[in-house]
Amino acid sequence: MKELRDKQVIRGLLSEIERKARVLQEPAKIMEVCGTHTMTIHKFGLRKLLEEAGVEMLSGPGCPVCITPNEIHQAAIELVTERDNYILTTFGDMTRVPTQQGSLQTVVPASGSTVKIVYSPTESLEIAKQNPQKEVVFFGVGFETTIPAIILTAQTALTEKVSNYSVLSALWIIPPPLRAILEAKDTEIQGFLYPGHVSAIIGEEPYRFIADEFGIPGCITGFEPSDILLAISSILDQITEGKARIANEYSRVVRPSGNIKAQALMKDICDTRDAHWRGLGLIPQSGLKLKDEYSTIDAEVKYGLDIVGGSGDLPGCRCGDVLKGKISPPECSFFGNKCHPDSPYGPCMVSFEGACLAYYKYEWQ
Amino acid sequence: MCLGIPAKIVQIDDSQVGKVDYLGTKIKTNFSLLENVKKGDWVIIHAGFAISKLDEKEAQETLEILREFAPTLEGLE
Amino acid sequence: MKMKKVSLELGSGGKLMRDFIDQHIIKSFPNPILGELADSALLPNQMAFTTDSYVVDPIFFPGGDIGTLCVNGTVNDLVVAGAKPEFISLSIILEEGLLWEDLEKILKSISSSARNAGVTIATGDTKVVRRGQGDKIFINTSGLGTLIVRPNLKNIQVGDKIIVTGTLGEHSLAVMLARGEFGLEAQTKSDCAPLNYLLSFWKKGVRWMRDITRGGLASVLSELAENLPYSVVIQEENVPVSRAVKGATDLLGIDPLYLACEGRAVLVVPAKSASRIVAGLKKDTLGRNAAVIGQVEDKVGKPGELLLRTISGGLRLLEPLTSELLPRIC
Repeated sequence: MKELRDKQVIRGLLSEIERKARVLQEPAKIMEVCGTHTMTIHKFGLRKLLEEAGVEMLSGPGCPVCITPNEIHQAAIELVTERDNYILTTFGDMTRVPTQQGSLQTVVPASGSTVKIVYSPTESLEIAKQNPQKEVVFFGVGFETTIPAIILTAQTALTEKVSNYSVLSALWIIPPPLRAILEAKDTEIQGFLYPGHVSAIIGEEPYRFIADEFGIPGCITGFEPSDILLAISSILDQITEGKARIANEYSRVVRPSGNIKAQALMKDICDTRDAHWRGLGLIPQSGLKLKDEYSTIDAEVKYGLDIVGGSGDLPGCRCGDVLKGKISPPECSFFGNKCHPDSPYGPCMVSFEGACLAYYKYEWQ
Repeated sequence: MCLGIPAKIVQIDDSQVGKVDYLGTKIKTNFSLLENVKKGDWVIIHAGFAISKLDEKEAQETLEILREFAPTLEGLE
Repeated sequence: MKMKKVSLELGSGGKLMRDFIDQHIIKSFPNPILGELADSALLPNQMAFTTDSYVVDPIFFPGGDIGTLCVNGTVNDLVVAGAKPEFISLSIILEEGLLWEDLEKILKSISSSARNAGVTIATGDTKVVRRGQGDKIFINTSGLGTLIVRPNLKNIQVGDKIIVTGTLGEHSLAVMLARGEFGLEAQTKSDCAPLNYLLSFWKKGVRWMRDITRGGLASVLSELAENLPYSVVIQEENVPVSRAVKGATDLLGIDPLYLACEGRAVLVVPAKSASRIVAGLKKDTLGRNAAVIGQVEDKVGKPGELLLRTISGGLRLLEPLTSELLPRIC
């Protein structure tokens, strides 16, 4: 599908966007919710091209690595540095997050303990089976895209009685923070680019309140440059017509009802809970936790970890304002000096999908 | 973190585990989150799981929209 | 109070290691030869001297093993420093319980690699440690070579071209596959090879060379850029990457620019000889995918920066690998 990256197609879409944006008084402010969208927009140089076309892109809260509170990262580090014979497995990005003790990459594990990067939670379960004498903890972080994979693997561990496997979970759901951002009322967001793969799981309905209650347009989209531009074009149409809806430009992947099997699984295995998002604070019903019947594989319960989330905001750090779309990364006084990719201070400078790191890498000039 | 890659199913067994192929590289994939997928289907994979099946008809429609912007482009790859 | 301990990160080739070398190694052993911190030390009488330890896990991988690695790695460090490799030392640390069969296979690899690279194993040592106190086999080799040229960074000029001698990342991928990691299957072999064929290019005007190992092309070139009063800009679409590496890196969400090779180098050459040198490199099977991928600039970016011109025309800053919880790859 080379059209999705074709230069001629991209140019054509951009001039259509420019034509549509010209009708508006001021540049349209559109938030890309998903960190993977943030990456694509920077990687293909779209941010600048869109700015020239009259559209300002704001980065949203869609990087699970960034918004996971400090306390959970610390709990993971403590597990592997203070207990012998633990294997902590996790996705690569999680190992770079700095805490006061360092990151999972820089700390020295306790005797017999180790940190291992995995691509899939199923690999963690394999590691647990191969190392019955060790406790294997999967530090599972993710939005709706990843949650089914994490919890299905946890369920398999329970069925197969792999008693040395557990999950330290940091599971977040996307619609509640969008509500929180909109309810704060000081937002200038005129449209949302909805995350493609989260939507593949949850479908279109969970965003309905954004159009109905707040009258804000939006479009679900994929991860190629043309996908993003088509979605922006749709959002501009909605703004001009004054008719907000949930458009779906990624229909080749996202069904209107989402992945029903995965949704049922989340309902069966998890309960929702109020959760702290780094930079955004406490958001009602925005996190998932394993239900009580799964407590034997819930690392938090199994090892009696006392994780009190919430103190995570760092003095002077403006990641919260970045994630709410109030400022762009360079408007933070720490950007590029006190907070640098080599020594990140705020969470958005940590992950490759974090708004500040992406901005630093691509638009630093 | 929400990276998903479109790949083709080359192997799937009764326990819904198998492999997908992407550019000749194969990777172990779990298909339990989907219904009725078979060898030859295209899926989006994420963290070792297929999370969605690609809809060919919808993909064609998107491509047709895009081609309006580049009339000189040739057919599908 | 907690005692400070060595972490894996120290060995990752990233910033922590560079700081360690600056603040501990150089300070402890102040002398002009070590202070140069080149791939090889330049001794009196036109001699170059280098040393390296090999701890790859697993010890056998598609396209090579710890034996081919320990010869080629040291040979390549001499070649890129402008020296013809002559002698190699071989120091082996064995873990009790290693299969004889494996040891013999490795010794055979060492022997054929040395013959292939035209070096003599001149001295050696063998130690055995108790089971659990090592991991199968660790090898240290040192190499001596005769200098045919003294490369100098100061010769690099604006407009000079950057050439890579082949596709990136096959060694990292081969080791990943051998380890059975991530459930991956791909048709690939390590690029592990001796780079002696590059020696003749020193006489054809090459100003600077470096083999691409830990940290990948991005780390090698950012270190180069840091030492120049100019910026270095590379074009994403010209960087050669094999289909297997592209597939695996897309799937895993990693960047081939940071993957290790063991038989590839990056060259800085004058603009006017670039196409002739690429054509020359292509005549060797090891250099058949050689390509000009970028140039030294004074109008783009700031001095000392390494920049990537992306496929859509944007510019992206490339930084050296800061830290990576990488498995042992060399």
